Amino acid sequence: MYSEKVMDHFANPRNVGEIENADGVGTVGNAKCGDIMRMYLKVENGIIQDVKFKTFGCGAAIATSSMATEMVKGKTLKEALALTNKAVMEALDGLPPVKVHCSLLAEEAIHAAVEDYLKNHPEERID
Amino acid sequence: MDRIYMDNAATTAVCPEALSAMLPCFGEVFGNASSIHGDGRKARKYLEDARKTVAACLNAKPQEIYFTSGGSESDNWAVKGAAFANREKGNHIITTQIEHHAVLHTCQWLEKQGFEVTYLPVDEYGLVDPKAVEAAITDRTILITVMAANNEIGTLEPVAEIGKIAKAHKILFHTDAVQAVGAVPVDVNAWGVDMLSLSGHKFHGPKGIGALYVRTGSRVDTFLHGGAQERGRRASTENVPGAVGMAAALKKAVENLEENGMRMIDLRDRLIRGILESVPYARLNGHPLMRLPGNVNVSIPYVEGEALLLRLDLAGVSASSGSACTSGSLDPSHVLLAIGLPHEIAHGSLRLTLTDTSTGEEVDEVLRLLPPIVETLRGMSPMYDDFLNGQK
Repeated sequence: MYSEKVMDHFANPRNVGEIENADGVGTVGNAKCGDIMRMYLKVENGIIQDVKFKTFGCGAAIATSSMATEMVKGKTLKEALALTNKAVMEALDGLPPVKVHCSLLAEEAIHAAVEDYLKNHPEERID
Repeated sequence: MDRIYMDNAATTAVCPEALSAMLPCFGEVFGNASSIHGDGRKARKYLEDARKTVAACLNAKPQEIYFTSGGSESDNWAVKGAAFANREKGNHIITTQIEHHAVLHTCQWLEKQGFEVTYLPVDEYGLVDPKAVEAAITDRTILITVMAANNEIGTLEPVAEIGKIAKAHKILFHTDAVQAVGAVPVDVNAWGVDMLSLSGHKFHGPKGIGALYVRTGSRVDTFLHGGAQERGRRASTENVPGAVGMAAALKKAVENLEENGMRMIDLRDRLIRGILESVPYARLNGHPLMRLPGNVNVSIPYVEGEALLLRLDLAGVSASSGSACTSGSLDPSHVLLAIGLPHEIAHGSLRLTLTDTSTGEEVDEVLRLLPPIVETLRGMSPMYDDFLNGQK
């Protein structure tokens, strides 16, 4: 039911872990629904230098977290805020329909971490 | 090591006895069992011998056994058939919150047709209280349907006690025994059931065949219309190979029930003990003693069931889970919620189901593989972080 890419990112997730003294942290989802994602960012000069995640959830939740971190690493905050769940899904060669919400959660987790950073660095906000 | 199959509650491999019994039915015994010519009569003989065998295994009469396409059809037939046949007597049905969806969804559909259904709760072990069954009876009650053994947590229900109550109140009693038949002794008279559902592929018979036992004299409407098969109660050309294979598998299972049961209980308890000892915070779901010989169901907090399954699968183990993600809905198993587990714990359940061919080596291998998988998943779980931080 999962693509090879999803299984690869599930079995060998990239960027798992946490960043001590992270510049931005975002947590989305809730345990009741069976998915929690937490993203940690290290930001320098408006660029995401490092990103890590921890996820409680199914195979798709873990794979989308992993893919989303890969897609924003080295990118600007603006580029990270432009990340969509559709792009994450496409990068994973698709997800079963019942798992689309996992990709949405990954998008929201990245956005939440960036917003957390911008809350403490309002001067870097570019609209 | 070959793959380890511990999902025998989902389905089992066809046993050699069932396969060899079926083979003639794909060759010389190809006739339509309802035809009057010699080829038809030959097939009829195979079918009726299979019916006798199934009946004997349940302490029923052959004419009380109706072959169906499987457990879901048997459940649908029993519940809808009894409901509509007894509509002038009343419109109330009593069941439980932990039934298989073949019963639960059928009851929910009947509610839309004007029937009233009581869904009885269960205790923390998944046991239904017979007193609660009796207390729920009204003068409009026409059917009680309570499963013999739960498919997820393995709890064995007090069917015989409920049977006595149903008889005393002259109410039809159906049991979904899909998980019980071939695993524990089943006796329709000792249990006092009027209807009983079973499915061939749960005890090493083929898929696509099951049976409904209907006690002589029970008022149950026909479910499949369009033919005189199964004494006019269930249309459709008889599945002779299926019935023959199921009968052979059931005969074997029942003949070896006691010996296999004791061996499986040993393996089951070794697996349960091993998991509870090696996986921190794991808990057993279902009753510790009143449970199917092959059923292990544990909750492993701070990990999600589907992720656990996929990791076990990559390591060569087939298992099952009650997590929402394996069911296609957002809610975890209704059974785990009914025994009082919070959603987040129910999401992390693991079901391992054994059979007579399971070995101690397989149990030990699963016990070796599981703890590091849980550790890896917990290592990437923010819930586990929060739990550990809360402990500091």
